[in-house]
Amino acid sequence: MIGFLIQRILQALMVVIAMSIIVFLGVYAIGNPIDVMIDPASDQALREALIQRYGFDRPLFEQYFIFMNNMLHGDLGESFIYRLPVLNLILSRLPATLELALTAMLIATFLGIPLGLWAGYKPDSLSAKAIMGFSVLGFSVPSFWVGLLLIMVFAVELGWLPSGGRGPTTEVLGMNLSITSLEGWSYILLPAFNLALFKLGLLIRLTRAGTVEVMSSDYVRFARAQGLSESKVVGLHVLKNISIPIVTVFGLELGSTLAFAVVTETVFNWPGMGKLIIDSITVLDRPVMVAYLILVVFLFVMINLVVDLIYGQLDPRIRVKAAS
Amino acid sequence: MSDAVLRVNNLQTQFQTRAGALKAVDGVSFEVGRGRILGLVGESGSGKSVTGYSILGLIEPPGKIAGGEVLLNGKDITRLRGDAMRQVRGAQIAMVFQDPMMTLNPVLKIGTQMIAAVRAHDRVSRKAARARARDALAKVGIPSPDERLEAYPHQLSGGMRQRVAIAIALLHNPAVIIADEPTTALDVSIQGQILAEVRRLADETGTAFVWVTHDLAVVSSLADDICVMYAGRVVESGPADDVIASPRHPYTAGLLASVPAEHEPGTKLPQVPGSTPSLANLPQGCAFAPRCAKAGPACTTTPPVQHFEDGRTALCHYPIEPVSCQPLSLTSTTYRSAS
Ligand SMILES: Nc1ncnc2c1ncn2[C@@H]1O[C@H](COP(=O)(O)OP(=O)(O)OP(=O)(O)O)[C@@H](O)[C@H]1O
Ligand code: SF4
Ligand SMILES: [Mg+2]
Repeated sequence: MIGFLIQRILQALMVVIAMSIIVFLGVYAIGNPIDVMIDPASDQALREALIQRYGFDRPLFEQYFIFMNNMLHGDLGESFIYRLPVLNLILSRLPATLELALTAMLIATFLGIPLGLWAGYKPDSLSAKAIMGFSVLGFSVPSFWVGLLLIMVFAVELGWLPSGGRGPTTEVLGMNLSITSLEGWSYILLPAFNLALFKLGLLIRLTRAGTVEVMSSDYVRFARAQGLSESKVVGLHVLKNISIPIVTVFGLELGSTLAFAVVTETVFNWPGMGKLIIDSITVLDRPVMVAYLILVVFLFVMINLVVDLIYGQLDPRIRVKAAS
Repeated sequence: MSDAVLRVNNLQTQFQTRAGALKAVDGVSFEVGRGRILGLVGESGSGKSVTGYSILGLIEPPGKIAGGEVLLNGKDITRLRGDAMRQVRGAQIAMVFQDPMMTLNPVLKIGTQMIAAVRAHDRVSRKAARARARDALAKVGIPSPDERLEAYPHQLSGGMRQRVAIAIALLHNPAVIIADEPTTALDVSIQGQILAEVRRLADETGTAFVWVTHDLAVVSSLADDICVMYAGRVVESGPADDVIASPRHPYTAGLLASVPAEHEPGTKLPQVPGSTPSLANLPQGCAFAPRCAKAGPACTTTPPVQHFEDGRTALCHYPIEPVSCQPLSLTSTTYRSAS
C-alpha cells in the first residue's frame, strides 16, 4: 500500500513537471507581454527597464528555472494587471468556484445515480425512456444556451431566483461561502444546476449502462436464486459494482468542473476562477495564466491520485495487482 | 412414489421471439423424493437450465411459464408472485449454477455474500449469520472457513468457489437443490470429491437434488433416477441403473453407445450423429426423427409416452426392447448409497 502510494506520488510529480514545461513554453509562444503591458507611446528606456525587471531578456530555460525556483518557494509571480501575488489572486477566487463545482457535482450525483439505476432496472419502461431522453439533452444542448434559458424562466419570467452574481457570503474556515445561508442558495442554485446538467446526463448514462450489465449477470441471478429481495440485489450487488466507473468519472468531472466552469461563471456572472482566467487571457496577464494552468494540472493529478486510492478500496482485484 | 418433495407436472416455458414462441421446455414432468438425486441429462440446448430457472421462477421476459405446475410438497409454486416466491427461493428450493467463476460477485467478500443470503430469510444478527455461514463452509469441506469468509472470490480456486456456492445453497436446509452442471468446469478429481460430498449431504440431510449434467458417467455414479431431455421434452425416464443397463429410447441408446466402457468422469457427453435441431423449426412429430436409426412411418406424428415396468417411460413410437444381459457399468466409482 505504501509502495503503491509512493509510486503514484512520484508519477504525479513527473506529470506536474512535464506540464509546467509545456504550459511555460505554450504561454511563451503567445508573444511578448510587454507590448500589452505598457502604453505603446512610452519610451524605449522604460521598456528596457521593464524587460529587465521581469527577466524577459534572459534565455528561455533560465526564465523557466527562475520561475520553478520561485514556485517551489510558494511564489508564483505577480499579476501584471492587478499587481497582486498571483497565488493570492487565484486562491481568493477558489472558494466561489469550489462551492459552485461541488454543489453541481452533488446535484448530478444525487439525481443522476437514482435516475440511472431506475432506467437500468426497468429499461423498457416509459419512465426509463423519458430519463434517457433527458440525459441526451443534458449533454448535447450547449451549456450557455441552457444557462440563458434558466435565467429567462426562473429569474425573468417567474422571478423566483436572482439572475446572477453571488449574493451574500459568510466566512467559514477562512473561505467566503454562500451555501451557508438560504439567500446564498438562491444565488447558487441556477448556476449549479446549469453546471450539473452535463454531468447529470453523463452519470445517468453511466449508471444505467452499469446497472443493465450487472442485472443480467450470473451473480445477480444467483443472488435472486438465494431469495435476496430486489432492493438488496440493487443496493448490494449493483451499487457496489457500478461504483467503480462512477468514482472514476466523478473524479475526472470534478477536476474539469473546477477548472473549466468558465461558461457558466460567465453567463451567471459568478466571480470564480473561470472568470478570472478568461479576463487574464484577454489582457495576456501571463503570470495568472501560467499559475492557473499549473494549479489546474496539480488539481487533476491530485484528484486522480485520490480516485486511484478509492478505486483500490472498491475493487479487490486491483489491490492484488498493486501488491504483487 | 407419492412422497415426492418436488413434482414437476407438464411444465411449459416459452420465449417470445420474432419467429414466434420458442418452446424451450415443452411438457416436462418428473419428481424427486426426499434424499434422492435425479440426473437431468441432455445435449446443449435441450432445455435443462430453462427447466431449472422455471422451477425457481427466475424466467425473465421475453420468457414465461406458459403452463403446467411445480409442486413443492404438494403446493403449486408457479402461482406465487413477488415476495411469496422470494421466500421460497433459497429457503425451500436452492440452485447452484454451472460456472463457479461467474456466480459470485467479484467485488464482494464471500462473507458479505453469505451473510446476505442468510439474512434474506432469517432475521438474525450479522454475527449469528456469520457463524452460520462459517458452519456451512465447514460442512462442504472447506478448510479454515473463517479465513475464507474474508476472501474475495478471485482468491479461491474454481473448486473452492463451487463449494462456496453449494454451501450457500445449503444455508437454509432447503428441501430441494437444483444443481445446474456444477462440476462441468472443474477437473476430474475435484469433481469426484464434490460428488461424494453431495451424495453424503443428500443421505444425511434428506435434501433432494436435481443434478443437471452433460455427463452420463456422473449420472450413472451419482443419480438414483434419470430424466433424458431432448428439444425441451423428457424422452426417457426411470431408475438410473435400469436406464443405463437397458435404454428404451433410441436417443438414450445413442448417447450410451458412444460412451467408452471406462468413461472418465468429466469428459463431455458423447455425440450422437447429426446435430441438435433448432427450436424454431422442429420437425413434425418426433423431434429426434432426422437422427433416429429406428424411425418409421409413425414418427411423423407426435410420439406417445410409453409406460414400462419399474415406473420407466419413453417418448417413442418404437421403443427398444428391454435387454436382459449383464448390467453395463460406465464407471468403476459410484457415489450412490448402498440402499
Ligand atoms: N432468454 C432466452 N431467450 C430466448 N431463448 C432462450 C433464452 N434462454 C434460453 N433459450 C433457449 O432455450 C433453449 C434451452 O436452453 P437451455 O439453456 O435450457 O439449454 P441447456 O439444456 O441448459 O443447455 P446447456 O447444456 O448448453 O446449458 C435453447 O434453445 C435456448 O436457445
Ligand atoms: S418416435 Fe420414431 S423417430 Fe422418434 S425416437 Fe422413436 S423411433 Fe425414433
Ligand atoms: Mg444449461
